[in-house]
Amino acid sequence: MRLHADELKRQHKSAILLWMGGGPATIDLWDLKPGQPTGGPFKPIATSGDMQISECLPILAKQMHHLSIVRSMSTREADHDRGRYYMHTGFVPNPSVEHPSYGSVISHELMADRNDLEIPPFISIGGASEGPGFLGMAWAPFSVSSNGRIDNLDMRLNDSRLTQRMRTLDLIEKGFAGQNRGPAATDHMKVLKKTFDLMTSQQMEAFEVDQEPEAMKQLYGDSDFGRGCLMARRLVEVGVPFVEVNLGGWDNHQGIHNILRNDRLPVMDKAMGALVQDLDQRGLLESTAIVWMGEFGRTPTINGNAGRDHYARAWSVVVGGGSIRGGLAVGATDEEGRKVITEPYSAEDLMATVCKSLGINMETTYQSKSGRPMQIANGGKIIEELLS
Amino acid sequence: MLSMSGVAEAANRGPASLPQVQMIDEAVAQQWQDYGLQPSADATDGEWCRRVYLDLIGRVPLYQELTSFVRDRDPGKREKLVESLLEDSNYTQEFALHWGTIWSNILIGRSGGNDRRSLTSREGMNKYLRDCFARNKPYNQMVFELVSATGTTKPGTDGFNGATNFLVDKVNDEDATLATAATSRIFLGLQVQCTQCHNHPFNQWKQQKFWELNAFFRQTRGLRRFVNGGRDIDFAELVDEDYPGESGRPEEAEIYYEERNGLTKVAYPVFVDGSPIERSGYVSDVRRREELAKLMLASEYLDKMMVNRMWAHFLGYAFTQPMDDLGPHTMVSHPELLEELAKEFRKSSYDMKSLMRWIVLSKPYRLSSRSTSRNEMDDPSLGEAPQFSRFYMRQMSAEQLYQSLIRIGGQPEGSLEQQQAQRDRWLQQFTVAFGTDEGDETTTFNGSIPQALMLFNGDLVKRAIAVDEGSWLYQLAGSGRKFGDQVHVLFEAGLARRATQDEQRAAQQLVMRAGSRPIEALQDLWWAILNSNEFIMVH
Repeated sequence: MRLHADELKRQHKSAILLWMGGGPATIDLWDLKPGQPTGGPFKPIATSGDMQISECLPILAKQMHHLSIVRSMSTREADHDRGRYYMHTGFVPNPSVEHPSYGSVISHELMADRNDLEIPPFISIGGASEGPGFLGMAWAPFSVSSNGRIDNLDMRLNDSRLTQRMRTLDLIEKGFAGQNRGPAATDHMKVLKKTFDLMTSQQMEAFEVDQEPEAMKQLYGDSDFGRGCLMARRLVEVGVPFVEVNLGGWDNHQGIHNILRNDRLPVMDKAMGALVQDLDQRGLLESTAIVWMGEFGRTPTINGNAGRDHYARAWSVVVGGGSIRGGLAVGATDEEGRKVITEPYSAEDLMATVCKSLGINMETTYQSKSGRPMQIANGGKIIEELLS
Repeated sequence: MLSMSGVAEAANRGPASLPQVQMIDEAVAQQWQDYGLQPSADATDGEWCRRVYLDLIGRVPLYQELTSFVRDRDPGKREKLVESLLEDSNYTQEFALHWGTIWSNILIGRSGGNDRRSLTSREGMNKYLRDCFARNKPYNQMVFELVSATGTTKPGTDGFNGATNFLVDKVNDEDATLATAATSRIFLGLQVQCTQCHNHPFNQWKQQKFWELNAFFRQTRGLRRFVNGGRDIDFAELVDEDYPGESGRPEEAEIYYEERNGLTKVAYPVFVDGSPIERSGYVSDVRRREELAKLMLASEYLDKMMVNRMWAHFLGYAFTQPMDDLGPHTMVSHPELLEELAKEFRKSSYDMKSLMRWIVLSKPYRLSSRSTSRNEMDDPSLGEAPQFSRFYMRQMSAEQLYQSLIRIGGQPEGSLEQQQAQRDRWLQQFTVAFGTDEGDETTTFNGSIPQALMLFNGDLVKRAIAVDEGSWLYQLAGSGRKFGDQVHVLFEAGLARRATQDEQRAAQQLVMRAGSRPIEALQDLWWAILNSNEFIMVH
């Protein structure tokens, strides 16, 4: 029985988004320009895939046959809020409609076959992610810190009394929801149901990263991001369809190369490298898509403070797992990394490719509240090289 | 000659309304007519009373406060209640705490000052703002002080000036671009931050304007003062210093910026309307921030932005979307009303309480949040311009919920500073940062699961539903009222209405289960009420 359930879960598809808040300088990580005035101090090294990456990512270099770099991202949003929204939704911000984010869309689409999941289907670790937009609060990210501690889980009340309370609460809820005051009242009921399910679920153990063996914890590294990646693997194992893990601190307008070499990149390299390796060894990588990205890249020109500023015109993202091909460098930028010289890709294209790799029907269309039809991933085009 | 019903209606209307209230009512009604909308009926007295308490002093009315309003037969009781909440010394503290908090969140965000490396003293910011609202300082004076402040950040230090906390963390890094963007967005509704790097495609603001505005902040520094011998910051001081400019000529003190095409351009302090000031960087010649504050006070954007902000506070949506964007490209739902209210606000010498009074006594604020077939199309969440033909329901803010639960559980303990610090710590559980240098943040207090868990099981709710001796439920159980009446008291205290028959039956079931401890039934019912959608919504 147990084995059978495990087998079933293997077939469940999931996605993990590694969100790099602040916008990393992808020119220093994934698309180096050695010898150019824009190149910076880092040297490229060979990898297990068909590309070179920064010398500061030696662990990942051994996993690159599982991952592909898209070097031809070209977007237009170079402000944090706008970029975060656009990369998470595939839509540019519009004051008149809130679009659902990656996690909301993917968990909404993948939940149909997952009746046994009792914990939230969209979990964001160590950060806020983006909201569910018009899909409603039932598809909002459940945001936890990387230590896995969740406050206020226990009511310390016997079951019969808890049931009585819930029954009374339900009566008041329904009465109010039936008064034409808008969808917030109904959404509230759905969230209460999810909350109640979660309070009584064994699956909550997935958050307890501390239960992992010491060697495993060391593999991921002693950092919030490391613990977050480890938790993401545990969550995917119990069948959560979408997990976002946040690593901030990439908004390096000053002294960028010091920060990258000594702080951000070692943390990222260890945790992300461990995640890919661990998922692969457990046979989960073929059902789990991984996306690494931030709001935008950073300027090829190094500014007067030895930093790089926001730059959206030419930058990179990394994807892999699921049915996405690994080991490729898709697209290219010019000599100094200022322009994309192959077919440019957008947030919509990336999102469409990731959704398709998870088996989501790309013809799916949502109705926004105003009745406007909206295609999944805003009708982005599939990046064919990654799926063939 | 008035008919009988006409007489009754006139009596119901109470005292003649203020001209500004009439102005609002007429402008909004005109657009209902233009759009073929029929406004919802008025909210019940209980709903209106709950709304006013939440929006003016930041918590729900207690049972006594609610019932004394609902049972008052005076046709002028609404005006009376508003006067009491605004002017009665019993409410001054709560009023000042509520508005001080709202403004702290606007000026430094919910997490401003919480980081160890931060120069901001949240306590200092709070104290300054509470004083402003307790004394009803005119808005223009408050803005002048916030923009031009010098002094130390922390209460109790020499030269303390809490107003410095608005800018102290925004001037040192990246050439004070944060100070530039925040000042223009918050007080003038002008979003210039995108023009920092490029000319905005949808916007008349050009890159030049951003850097000209930025030049006003370049004399200013936030200086760190350390704990004796340590590396932890004890407090900070905001100072104006002589500024030599980027080419080292203080008498001209120019700054440079780079255009997208790589060309370098020069900028001097010039206000967004094109008014220049003296170019000297010497403080003895000109204090640039003081000049900026004066220019801002003369700008009509100052008036409009505050009216727009206040309107959104009370009615859930501003005249523009987003609320803090009044740029020339932005669509305004009621342009003339916004203009006229802004003029009235200026005429009142920027009396914030007057502005509050006009809005809460207006017809749109009085409407029910139930939609009807004649106004359901008026739905700003669909991207339509709001017509305010019903009250748009919204969730309480985390602060409103906290104050309500604290007050329900008894008188808060400790000084105002301690209360506010305790609440800020509690709020941290809902604040999530985005990891950028700009300190962006969001809240999970938005109807999500962590919020529901907190209300299910958190300490604050445990305190509010306590049944030990002296607690509110204990007193209610021993009040000699019949159980059925006790149930009504709970519903009125929590939801500003009496229990329905179904709800009374459910309460009877609870009391049967509780057996020899009937107070447990009250506790279970009170728990259910505090956890309901009807409680958490401002409706």
